[in-house]
Amino acid sequence: MSCALPAFAAMAANAPAPPFAVLMELTHRCPLRCPYCSNPTALDPASAELDTATWMRVLDEAADVGALQVHFSGGEPCVRKDLEELVAHATDIGLYSNLITSAVLLDAERLKRLKAAGLQHVQISLQDSEAEGADRVGGYRGGHARKLDTARLVVAEGLALTINAVLHRHNIGRVNEVIDLALDLGAGRIEIANVQYYGWALENRAALMPSRDQLLAMDAAVRARLPELAGRIVVDYVVPDYYARRPKSCMGGWARRFMNVTPRGRVLPCHAAETIPGMEFETVFDRSLSEIWTDGTAFTRYRGTAWMPQPCRSCDHKEEDWGGCRCQALALAGDADAADPVCELSSAHEAVAALRDRDAAALGTEWRYRGL
Amino acid sequence: MTLAGIAESDRLRLAPGVMLRHDRLRGQWMLMGPERLLVLDDMALAVIRAATGPEAGDVAQAIDRLAAEYDAPRDEISADVLELLTDLRNKGYLTA
Repeated sequence: MSCALPAFAAMAANAPAPPFAVLMELTHRCPLRCPYCSNPTALDPASAELDTATWMRVLDEAADVGALQVHFSGGEPCVRKDLEELVAHATDIGLYSNLITSAVLLDAERLKRLKAAGLQHVQISLQDSEAEGADRVGGYRGGHARKLDTARLVVAEGLALTINAVLHRHNIGRVNEVIDLALDLGAGRIEIANVQYYGWALENRAALMPSRDQLLAMDAAVRARLPELAGRIVVDYVVPDYYARRPKSCMGGWARRFMNVTPRGRVLPCHAAETIPGMEFETVFDRSLSEIWTDGTAFTRYRGTAWMPQPCRSCDHKEEDWGGCRCQALALAGDADAADPVCELSSAHEAVAALRDRDAAALGTEWRYRGL
Repeated sequence: MTLAGIAESDRLRLAPGVMLRHDRLRGQWMLMGPERLLVLDDMALAVIRAATGPEAGDVAQAIDRLAAEYDAPRDEISADVLELLTDLRNKGYLTA
């Protein structure tokens, strides 16, 4: 399914259209230890996190640059005691608040406070449809049961609930059960998210990569259910990159829709951008979000189509997928400036298939949990 | 079992986490929802206003009001209105 977010028209000549949303990674701390965590492998410590006053200022700057939504994310954003305060400020200045959470630290009282502060939407990750597998992946005993309790509280409070279900070799066969669980919880939306291999997941690829047969069975199961699910739950379905023939439009295009602020205040075009060597990232102490969005070197580097090499430059799809993912080009082709090797037109595409097949066959590989 | 399209007897409201908003910077009306939004044209805005809200009543009443407001034959606009509302429901912006 395609992304529902529009790219806005530029407000003035030479100025890029404003972003749709700012993702605020309030912390990298998290009680879970999922081996596919999207945080970088070098985590920011608690002592480096921005303080409340600085996050408040960053929220003001998010509204100033024209963002409409803020995603409070992490790590686990609920470890921050000032979460309610930040949500309330976002509400005051007209930003729509999403909370992206593991939900294991979120109790009924806190949820009520967050709702009173203006929170609109809670996205809860599930590691599996059943507790044993889920708690093993998260590395947190009892976590699955707590997530289900919290998900029901979210719906009872009248907040929007999204279930984010991350699929890999060990749970991909239970995609139907995961969908049933999301329906049972009363979620308005489910993200069927196959693991994307960056950071921790890249390191654990041989322990997570599903086989082609697993992938095809999952894909058929999801597609068979889409008609029945229409009108009952919104399905965002991400086909696993390594089995795709065309790349995803990563982040809706580099520096077109999103800004990301890390716990220590670095401002990124995407949460994995720090893996790209030679990029200079500004922080919220250097310049405002508006200035960084407009002409920050990391933002302008891959914005639009002028930077593109072949085969992207002459491709009819260049303004649909925007060349795919820069971090994936780096990880798989060794060059962040190259076409995303997931694309079958890339000269590195065959090598991706070989890596995928090798890792999918590495059954019995143990993953390494995320840790400091 | 596939869910049927919106019928004239349905009563609709915005789904949880969905709000109607005017963005001054962009000069556009939009439906804002979980990690998404939909930019509305004038017609979609009129239909959503007519079909949701505490005094909206059922969809049949909304179509009556739209027909009167736009001086349009009711049976010509009803199919379009139902199709638009079904699409918005399927995208998660409205709920019956």
